[in-house]
Amino acid sequence: MIPSAFEYLRPTSLAEATRLLARHADEAKVLAGGHSLVPLMKLRLSRPSMLIDIGRLGELRGIHEENGTLVIGACTTHYAAESSALLQQRCPLLAETAAAIGDVQVRNCGTIGGSIAHADPAADWPAAMVALNAQFTLASSKGTRTISASEFFVDMLITAMQSDEILTEIRVPSNPPRTGSAYLKVAQPASGFALTGVAAQVTLGTDHRVQQVTVGITGVSSKAFRASATENALRGQAATAEAITQAAAHAADGVEALDADIHASPEYRLHLARVYTKRALLRAVERAGS
Amino acid sequence: MKITTVVNGQMHESDVEPRMLLVHYLREVLRLTGTHIGCETSLCGACTVLLNGAAVKSCTLLAAQADGAEITTIEGLAKDGQLDATQEGFWEEHGLQCGFCTPGMIMASYQLLQRNTHPTDADIRHALEGNLCRCTGYQHIVNAVQYAAKKMRETAATA
Repeated sequence: MIPSAFEYLRPTSLAEATRLLARHADEAKVLAGGHSLVPLMKLRLSRPSMLIDIGRLGELRGIHEENGTLVIGACTTHYAAESSALLQQRCPLLAETAAAIGDVQVRNCGTIGGSIAHADPAADWPAAMVALNAQFTLASSKGTRTISASEFFVDMLITAMQSDEILTEIRVPSNPPRTGSAYLKVAQPASGFALTGVAAQVTLGTDHRVQQVTVGITGVSSKAFRASATENALRGQAATAEAITQAAAHAADGVEALDADIHASPEYRLHLARVYTKRALLRAVERAGS
Repeated sequence: MKITTVVNGQMHESDVEPRMLLVHYLREVLRLTGTHIGCETSLCGACTVLLNGAAVKSCTLLAAQADGAEITTIEGLAKDGQLDATQEGFWEEHGLQCGFCTPGMIMASYQLLQRNTHPTDADIRHALEGNLCRCTGYQHIVNAVQYAAKKMRETAATA
């Protein structure tokens, strides 16, 4: 349970970090909170010969709003996101998602960027990220680029990030009026990971019809996905329990669930996806109305 | 590599391998064995300490990540021979049997009471999700934290 040996570097700026990573991309891993990476290293499933610690870079931490967009530094801890008054007011789905991660100790250390870059299929953040069509900023010594969450998550533990890139920022839109959201999760009791995690957000028109609806689901497939069939069935409808129930029945349409494992069969995961989509949408609509 | 830490108010300068875990640094280099290693998989919380005031699982941190930090372990809670309210609560309410989870439970409880002076039982159980106990069934732990919360409120009120 002791990691294999590595060289440890702690750059004092993002620019220095990207320069180091450019030189050592093949051998180095980036360390933020370490709560995905260090457990893997203790099991020796990951054996980088170099760690570049960016966890203390102030320029990568913090949450602010600019022009109707919330900008979250990648090294913001889950606890900082959970307790952010700005997120609670302007995008409560993110605060609620953060609060559901792991436990207090994990939330004190783990970071939103680290979790997203790790792309665990049962992590909580990806559900909200695809639901909100989050935009990720990736930096390297060659410059920066932006990529959407759905393009970023490629497969289980695989992302579109290059080995010389660092995720620096997550951007999501602030909520319009009459918007309600919910993140509901079936947690595996020991690990706390999501057997199913559903992030739902609904914006109602003044006529109480569903103007906008988005549902992101994690834990079920090799990466988080949008329940588009549910969204299409519900958009424009009156926001009733019947409409939600019917729409939620399609939450897993066309989805390939993870292979059976010690926790669940594929059929059970798909079933949970449908049930929790319904529950999350009911709660989101309730919150939108109040 | 050289790291500097302040642990329970005492400064330490040490030369450690980058791969040394914080829990091994505390136990084997500083000989503070109150912090326990329970599961090796970041689940049980027996290794919980405070790092710059935040409860963390020391088995999931590198000592290198604690360079320059202030750390409080279970050994550092009592002041001038006086038990902290959380420790007193675990004593008075029999919040332990074998005691293996207890240092981590107390550190996590301490964190909760820093953040929430009026926790409900549900708040306490939620705050201790990162700490596993095989002996007590948790009820006496909840009682212990409520005892400590009440004692801290009374102390604050008379201060």
